[in-house]
This record gives sequence, structure tokens and C-alpha cells, in this order.
Amino acid sequence: MSSHIYDMVLLRLGSEITIKGKNRARFEKVLADHVRRALRPFPKAVVKQTYGRLYVELNGNAYEEIADALRDVFGLVSFSPVKRAEVDLESIQQTALAVFQANKQRKDTFKVTVKRGWKQFPHNSIEMNHLVASHVLRATPELKVDIRNPQVDLRVDIQQSGAYIYCDVEKGAGGFPYGANGKGLLLLSGGIDSPVAGWLGMRKGLQLEAVHFHSYPFTSEQAKEKVVTLAKRLLHFTNGKLKLHLVPFTDIQTSFAQSDQERLIITLMRRAMLRITEKIAARESAHAIVTGDSLGQVASQTLGSMNVIGRATSLPILRPLVMMDKVDIIQLSERIGTYETSILPFEDCCTLFVPKSPATNPNLEIVEATEAAIANLDAMIEEAVKNTVTVVLRSEEASKPAPESDEDRWF
Amino acid sequence: MLYFDHCASTPPHEDVIQTIAEVMRVHYANPSSIHQAGADAGNLIERARGLIAKLFRTKPEEWVFTSGGTESNNLALMGAARQYAGRGKHLITTMIEHASVYETFRQLEREGFDVTYLPVDEQGRVSVQALEAALTDETILVSVMHVNNEVGSVQPIADIGRLLAGRPKTLFHVDAVQSVGKLPVDIAGWGIDLLSGSAHKVRGPKGVGILYVKSGLKPAPILHGGEQERSMRPGTSNTPAIVASAKAFRIAMEEAEARSSQWKALRSRLIGRLNGMPELVLNGSAESDSAAPHIVHFSYPGMKPEVIVHALEQRGFVVSTKSACSSKDDKPSRVILAMSGDARRSAGGIRISFGSEHTEQHIDQLAAAIRHTVAELKPMERRN
Repeated sequence: MSSHIYDMVLLRLGSEITIKGKNRARFEKVLADHVRRALRPFPKAVVKQTYGRLYVELNGNAYEEIADALRDVFGLVSFSPVKRAEVDLESIQQTALAVFQANKQRKDTFKVTVKRGWKQFPHNSIEMNHLVASHVLRATPELKVDIRNPQVDLRVDIQQSGAYIYCDVEKGAGGFPYGANGKGLLLLSGGIDSPVAGWLGMRKGLQLEAVHFHSYPFTSEQAKEKVVTLAKRLLHFTNGKLKLHLVPFTDIQTSFAQSDQERLIITLMRRAMLRITEKIAARESAHAIVTGDSLGQVASQTLGSMNVIGRATSLPILRPLVMMDKVDIIQLSERIGTYETSILPFEDCCTLFVPKSPATNPNLEIVEATEAAIANLDAMIEEAVKNTVTVVLRSEEASKPAPESDEDRWF
Repeated sequence: MLYFDHCASTPPHEDVIQTIAEVMRVHYANPSSIHQAGADAGNLIERARGLIAKLFRTKPEEWVFTSGGTESNNLALMGAARQYAGRGKHLITTMIEHASVYETFRQLEREGFDVTYLPVDEQGRVSVQALEAALTDETILVSVMHVNNEVGSVQPIADIGRLLAGRPKTLFHVDAVQSVGKLPVDIAGWGIDLLSGSAHKVRGPKGVGILYVKSGLKPAPILHGGEQERSMRPGTSNTPAIVASAKAFRIAMEEAEARSSQWKALRSRLIGRLNGMPELVLNGSAESDSAAPHIVHFSYPGMKPEVIVHALEQRGFVVSTKSACSSKDDKPSRVILAMSGDARRSAGGIRISFGSEHTEQHIDQLAAAIRHTVAELKPMERRN
């Protein structure tokens, strides 16, 4: 049900941000900007910051619509729909009851917590606890008060400007505001895992750029488009801009396929990808590589493989999924909205030329010797970096209106 | 000729016709093929899906394109009932559903499901209390239409959604074929799991239906074949018609609010004129809140409706009896019978449904034609 009873939404910043001392103000500002961006489709909603509190004035928007948009904002730990009452006892009692009744969860027990910020209000907070609770109890026969472990905590904050009342507390996405912790490059394959890894990285405050390797004609145009679709979905969680680096990988991959080291192909490929990504990272001032590796999931993700592959770069490799189970990863990808795209059956680089029994414990010396035997490998890597096409994806609001094409006319 | 049968089908929008022709000429490749031409066609379909999703504030992957409203209803009901039969065998619907819902439930009864058909009041509205009373632990599906296709009564979908909100096992299907583009439809806010729509009711092409399937649900397919439409609906996708349908839905839904006040004014004008004719009985509500803005339905007890339709047609006005999907059988209207319990009244229903092209002048002309027709037919009235 869409409810218009609320006046504002109170936003809570993460404890992780709270402990950041003097950085707090900066994080708060960044977070407020992200909330504003998320609420751009709702021009009437206004984001305000006062006394370390961040809140949204709904101005007639339905709370549910705003809540949907807020759930995707990183750095927001929780939020609550608030109704404002006039600063008099009767108005506070009535509003408190309305807010309590609007709460949909099961509630056999509750308590009231009144904070009297404006000390001139005639009743102190202990009196107010009783006055509000008894009013709610009169209207709700089965309800009991439980001070220690209530199902619902009905909160009343009395200020001079108004009394602010709420009892719902919704969990936000948590983490850090997007970009608060520096920049990394995400290896985006098109599978289920890498978009989830990217999302978790962004949730922890990483600004991301995506790197995708394609081997046309062994991989199809659809595979590339699938990655663009995934990147566009991730774009939703950014500050409105996401770079996607498309790396031509055909020459390198086919040279590995002809190297007589069939079992090592995956290892060699992954190392080449890291070396290329490292060079792009230097160009883009990124300081980490984010991958969707999950320990033991496939041959290239055994500990032995990770060791040999990881040595190809000196940048930190962040593997948000490394200790997660597949079912949990799938669940996250459904929540993020990438699952349906990820399972489209287009072959990508990582599934191409996969040997029947890939090495699960590759030998670093043999791997290095094989690479050394490919005379022009370094040149091919330079070439791949040089021929990388970078697409800058922008969210709809940020992009300039393109001239109308045939296609636009049809919709 | 003035066309007053928008509930049966609508005149396609000029831009819709042009879009179909252009897309049909260029994007003839099979949208499921892996070559670029196929991918281009496939991308158009996905863009159409994205537009539909946006119009209803839902996700693109929650929409399935079908061959029409009938298929959308069949897929939703058969698919959900068969898929989730293990959770219970009881289904609830109303006595006034469109044939594509009603007959599907009859089929499900033959397959061993237990179906409750809820009655409606004089205004053609189902009671939320009656629905609540009918719910059992076995109830896996409730299907209630948003706007009735014969009399235009509006069902309390939001209230029903609220009632079902605490029952995750009970799916909620809404046949919104007659309401999309006419009234606001709030899929998420009303807790809807499955929702059917049809393009040709909103000035789009025939042959395209849309079905909303909430994330996480997977109705069993009723057709068998390829993996199109996420394996829920096989068959080569109809690229030009789907693209043009998305456009038709967009135009209709963007204009709905403005059109709605135009239609409400026309509706009350026509009802005012009909009230001056004692031979006629209005079916459904005269109030604009509980009735669709674009439908007026009346009975002429004692006169066969076909006679009125043909007489009006001679004067240049196209109206209809019952719904087109059941207008050729001779039985009294199941819908009017459920509302009034009056067999004479239910034998003689006339439906007038208008669209964006109609003006007050058209309504006055229609009312005059009805008055003349009634005067002409009165001597032939059957008195029993």
C-alpha cells in the first residue's frame, strides 16, 4: 500500500562512518550527494542536513517510493519514515497512534521512547512516555508494554519546531558512500560472480571501472552486449558514471591455445588479463583489481592457481566473494538485479578454449617458461592495452539527450 | 460512422501503424538468432520490455509478451495453478470475470481444483469481506479483474491486495485488460503477483498481450517449444507488434490522467441523457469513483440487445452487446445476472465504450439516436 501519512525520512549513517573522526563531515556530504542523486526522479523530495542528522522531506511523495530508492544507497545503515506533529500533547498522542498503526510488522509488545530536545515543553520525557503509551494502549487492547525487548520502539523526538515520531526502522545497504575508499578496476566477465564482486566493492566505498576481455569471433557480439547490460546495472549504484574498458584478447588467447600447454591455458590467460589490467590501472590511477574469484569454485580459483595467477601483478587483488558459497552469491546477484542477465548463454573469454582437465595446481616455473617462449607476448599485451576501447556509461539523467534515431522514434 | 466499442477493440494510433510498418520492413530477422540482425531485433524487444517495466514501475525481467489478453490470463492462471498445486488446490475468482479467466477456471475445476466464484453486488463489485471469508489454508490463487469488461465496475484491488499481503502462499492475479491506460494501476502498491494487459485495448496492434510475473514466480508454460520469454512463452517473438505495443502503452498511460477527466465528463453526460428514458436501466454505478470512466452499460428489459445494436448501426453508431468474446452466444449475460439476479435485464445489455477521439457533440448525437431507436422499438417490447 502506498502511504502518504509520513512527512519525512530520517537517515542513519553507518557506525563505520561514525568512527572515522574528522573524515565524518566529508563522508556525510558525499552521502548526502548520493541520496540526492538517488532521489532525482522525485524532484519534490528535499534532502536536508542539520546537527549531524540527514533527512529527506517527502513533500507529498509516497514513502515507499522514496524507500525503494534509498535501499540502494551505500553508506546508509538504516532509515525511518517520520511523521511530524504539532508540539502539544494531544497532537503528539494522536500522531503517535497513527504512526504505530501504520507499522505493518507483528506487534504484541512495544515501548515508547520520548526525547525532549526542547526543554520548555511542559511534560518531561518520563511523563511523556506514559502519556503516549497509555494513549496507544487504549486504542490497542491486546498490546503490552515491554521495556527490555519490545517488538516495536515508538520514538518521539520533541523539538521546538515540531515533534517527530517514528517506529519503523528499515535496513539500508550499509557500507561506505560510493567512492569514499578510492578507485579499483573490476574484471567483469559476464558470469554471475563478477558483477556481485563489483557491487560488494562499491558497497565498501570503491569507485569502480570495469574491464572486459573479448575474443571476437570466438566470442559473440551478444556476449559483449551482455557485459554492457551488466555494467549498466552496476551504473545504478555509482555516482552516475561508469567506465567500461573493452580489451581485444583474441590474439593473446589464440597464441596460448597453440602453446602446447593446454592444461595451463586458463592460468596463462588470467595472468595476461591481470598484466593488461595493471597497465590500465596505472593509466586510470586505480589502486586495486577486484575479481569474482571464489575459493575452489573452478580450476583457476584453487589456492594454487590463485597463487600463481596473482603473482602476475603487484597491485592488491580484492576478492570479495573468496569465502562465499555459490548459493549466497546467486542470491545477492538476484537482489542486485544482474542474475537474469548473467545466466544468458553467451560464451565469454573465460569459458572459451577451456581444456578438459585444467591445471588446479600450476607450477609457476613452467608457467613463466611458457610465457617466455611466446616471443611477442609483451608486445601483444601492449597492443591489447593500446587497442582497448573505453566506453563511458552515464545514467539517463546525466547523459545529454542524443539526437533522435530511427529506433527512438519507434518507442 | 461513430465507433463506441473501445472495450472490444480500439482504432490503432497512427504512430503505431507507422512503427509496425517500419520495424517490420527492417527487423525481420528472428530475434532469437545469434547473428547481429537477430540481436538487433532482440534488442528492440528488450527495449520494449524495459519501457513497459518503467511505465508500471517494475523490473524488465518481470514482463512476458504473449499473443494477447486471453493468453496472458491463461498463462497466469493455468501456469500458476499447475505450478503451485502442491501448496493447495483451492482457487478464488469472481462470477463476473472475462471469459478467458472464467473458462480457464472451469478448466482448472476439471483438472481437480476447487474454485470459489464470488458474487457481486448490484453495482457489480465484489466484497472484500466475502473474499476474506472464502480464503482457506488451501487457497493458492486469487484472480479478480480490475475493471469489468461489460459494465465497467471497478473492483477494490488495493483492498484485496492488502488482505492478501500477509499470505505469501496465495498469489494475486489481476486481469487489467480494461483498466490499463484508463485508470492508475499500482502493481507494487497493491501487492499484485500476476497482471494481464492487452495492446489492442490501448490503440495498439492485436496479437500482443503483456503479463507481469513478479520476480521469483515461474508459472508453468502452457505452450511448449523454445526458450523465448525466459522459457515461459515459446514462439518467435513478434518484433514489430511488440515494439509498437510498447509505444501504444506509453502513449495511453502518459495521457491517461488527462483523458480520464474527459471521459468522466462524457460518461456523466451520457448517463444524464439516458436517465431521461424510462425504458432503460443503467447497469453498474453512476458514480465516477466506482466505475471505469469510459464505459456506460444499460439494459432495455423486454428488448433483445441485438435488435438495438443493429438499429443503432443503421443510424451510424457502433455499440455492442455483452463482450465481443461472448456476444455471439444467445444466453443472458452472466455478469448482469450476477449483479441484478434479473433474467430480463441480463438478456438486454448494451455496452457503450468510448475513446480519446470522442467529444460532447458525439455523445449528444448518440443519445439522440438511442432515443429515436427506443421510440421506434417500443411497440415491439415483450411484456414478460
